[in-house]
Parts: sequence; C-alpha cells; structure tokens
Amino acid sequence: MIKIDIHKTLSASDGQMNLRIKCEIKKGELVTLYGESGAGKTSTLRILAGLLKPDKGIITVENDNWVDTKNRSYLSPQNRNIGYVFQDYALFPNMTVLQNLEFASKKGQHKKVITDLIEMMELGDLQLRKPQTLSGGQQQRVALARALVRKPNILLLDEPLAALDYKIRLKLQDYITRIHNEYGLTTLLVSHDIGEIIKLSDRVFVLEQGKIARKGIPNDIFSNKKVSGKFKFVGEVLKIEPQDVVVIVSVLIQNNVVKVVADKSEVQSLGIGDKVIVASKAFNPILYKIE
Amino acid sequence: MMNWDPLFITLKLAVVTTVILLAISIPLAYWLVNTKSRSKPFIETLISMPLVLPPTVLGFYFLVAFSPGNAFGNWIDEWLGLKLVFSFGGLVLASIIYSLPFMVHPIQSGLSILPHSLTEASQVMGKSKWTTLFKVLLPNCKASLLTGIVLAFAHTVGEFGVVLMIGGSIPGKTKVASIAIYEEVEAMNYGAANFYATVLFIITFCILLMVYLINGGYLKRFWK
Repeated sequence: MIKIDIHKTLSASDGQMNLRIKCEIKKGELVTLYGESGAGKTSTLRILAGLLKPDKGIITVENDNWVDTKNRSYLSPQNRNIGYVFQDYALFPNMTVLQNLEFASKKGQHKKVITDLIEMMELGDLQLRKPQTLSGGQQQRVALARALVRKPNILLLDEPLAALDYKIRLKLQDYITRIHNEYGLTTLLVSHDIGEIIKLSDRVFVLEQGKIARKGIPNDIFSNKKVSGKFKFVGEVLKIEPQDVVVIVSVLIQNNVVKVVADKSEVQSLGIGDKVIVASKAFNPILYKIE
Repeated sequence: MMNWDPLFITLKLAVVTTVILLAISIPLAYWLVNTKSRSKPFIETLISMPLVLPPTVLGFYFLVAFSPGNAFGNWIDEWLGLKLVFSFGGLVLASIIYSLPFMVHPIQSGLSILPHSLTEASQVMGKSKWTTLFKVLLPNCKASLLTGIVLAFAHTVGEFGVVLMIGGSIPGKTKVASIAIYEEVEAMNYGAANFYATVLFIITFCILLMVYLINGGYLKRFWK
C-alpha cells in the first residue's frame, strides 16, 4: 500500500501551480495518471521517486516512511528501490544494452536476473548494440528491462509509449501487462491514450491543475453512460458531415477511420477532436483470420 | 648545438599543468552545472578572468603575493617549504590559474548539454554522485574532455607574460621556449629563435589537427 499526501508549489509556464496530491494505491495495482500537460502527472511520479522534494507532506510505502516533512525524514532516490522509465528512456549512450542492464544491478546481485530479463523482453540479439542504434520500440524495451533489474516493488512509467507508432505500442502494452503481473509490481503509469488506459489499468486518477479531480475504474471515468454493448472502442472525431436526415461522423479508432451514422441531436455536443466511445451490441459479428 | 632545455621545460610545464587542471576542473565544472548557489556568477567570473586580463597583471599579483618579502609568501615558504617565485612550482601554479577557463568551460558545457534524465536514471538505480559522474556523465562527454585537455595544454605551451613575470628566465629551470625565442631575437640569434619557433609551430599544429580530426568540428563550435 502506498499512501501519498503531499503539497508542492511548482513554477509552471503560466505562473505558479499548487500540486496537492492525496491518494492511496493498493499493492499490485496498476494506476494511470491522466490529465492535460502541466497538470502535475510527471511531478507526482518524480516526487514518489525522490527526484523532486515536496514542500510538505507524507509518503508511506508498506509502513515505511519515505517522506515525512514533519519529522524531517527524507529517503534519497538511491534508497527507494523503484523502477523508473523516463519519457526519453534515459539509456546510457556509452554502454551497450547489456552494460546498461548490468550498471543497474545491485552489488553482488545474481546475473540470472539480467539473463531472465533479456529473454523476457526479447533483447538477446540486441544486447551488444549501443542504444542509439536501436529503434524507439527496442529502446523502450531496454528501458523497461533496465528498470526491473533491481527487482523493484514499484514501477513508475512516464508516458512510456507516447513516441511509438501504433503497432509497437500494442506489443509493448502486452509487455507492460506481463511484467506487471509476473513481477508482482505496483505500477504507476502516465498516459494520454484512453485506449491504452482502458486496456492496461485497474484505476485512473484524473489530474486537473495539480489536484486529483476524479478517481475510478477506466470505463466509468471515460464514459458517462452505462453501455451494455459487447463492442466498445475509444476514438477521436475527425469529421462531422450532415447528409439529408442523418449525420456521418468519421472517427479515428486506433489507426482505422470508421464512419458512424448518427442522429442530428446526437451530434450537437460533438466537435472535431473530441474523444468518443463507439459502442455496438454486436449480435452477429464475423471473424476473419488474418495471421 | 641547440639547447633543448627550454622546449623540455615547456612540455613538462604543459603536461603537469594539464594533469592537475583536469583533476581540479572536473569537480569544479560538475559543481557549476549543478549548483543553485548564489555565489555561482562570482565563481564563474573569477574562472573566466584570465581570458580577458593581460597576463602581466596576473603575473604581477603572483609576484607580489608569493614574494618571500611579504607575510603570505613568507608563510608559504616557511610552513610548506615552497618557493613559488622564480621556481618551477610557481610556474605550474600560475599556469593552472591562467589556463583554468580553457579546461573548465568545455567540460562545463559538455556536462550541461547531457539530458538530466541520465543523472536521474542513475540515481534511482542507487548509484552515488561520483559513480554517476565517472561512469555515466564523463564517458558521454569525451569530446568536451578532449577539447579541454588540448586547449589547456596548448594554452600553457603558448604562455609568455605570466611565465616571464613569475618565473623570470632562469636557464634550465624556468626558461620556457616562448621566452627563449624572445631572448634569442633580442640577441639577434635568428637561427636559434627560428629553431624554437619551428618546433612549437609543428607541435601545436599537430595537437590541434588531432583534435579536429577526432572531434569533427567540435572545437570550432566552442570557439564561436
């Protein structure tokens, strides 16, 4: 169980912002922080990692006090044993993939952890290459593996998949689910991608201007209606074209553009760029094998 | 027969100065990059002063400060047994201060362009500041280190004013090549002057060429 109750004044581009986070995260949960840029998502991760000092507050992890400003106790990032995947991956350019993983290991730690991780993240062919020769997805896999070398209990992921294309994203989402379950991690993820959030996370915290505005399971947070349909996809409105009595709405779902027929009254509150859920009670779906 | 002593002294001075400067400049540059101290602009100014101050000014103050005739110079002489005026030790100390910006600036700029996440990644892996500096940061700014080493070396080879003021021109002890050239010209020995000048010219050309070849234009960017 992680208990966070902290205050921090941050200087943002448009003046100061008060970060005021109070929440509890259960052991083994995968929680996503969602919100606009500058809402305080990354700062929250950094405070939990010890890379940013809160002005006031308490952080307790499994009954250990990591931060307690009243008693002036502060655990340095070196002693927190967390895994952190940075937005830019932060792989060390002077070391090979293998050396990057080895550098992360603790003194006297068994080499098997590294060989296991290399196998699990399928890095065998890449281990002697330098990070700058790898593709974005490969770098991300190395960063994930490196974050796990010290066997952390907590994994912090700062928009880990934002820079990757769709197909690789899907694959890496599977990796994240796998390591989260297999290593018994408590994971905190920062993400903008609603599809990804619904797929991966147990709970979502929606941050607005430094505060948690809403908490809940992803389906409740991202749809206000209870839908009983079997198919549900999250997409973005690209085009709204009125045609006679109906309106054709083009929605980008993952990397497909789907045209949905809608009623004029349904479209009134929609605008280009809105996030929507396309749901259907698929009575008669057809399955094609493609691979 | 040519006297090689001035050239040897020049090279010895440059090597000793560069090694000591490297040891001083790495922690200093690291501190400058990471500090939020209010004293930073003052320290930076002091480090950069030798860039603009006439070398004779520096030399003059060294001479005054370290002369056994005053309290400070006397104290160093008696307690540490160091005679810094008209001695090789004095030349080294003066050269270190005179060439300090040429070592500190490239290392500082090299460290500051590295993404901060590298340091943070190393921290969350439980690594100390020193491990991070020597295993992660410095290996990733080798070009800047090389530039600093070469600039400091070359600048020390090219010293004249400071060396003349604090070292005098004692043959075999403090008479470096640049001073030897000056004296040979004064004595109308153009042949000897030409010999020293040619050797210095070739050495510095080779060193700088090596840097350009290795770093592929990095030095040029630093000079701009």
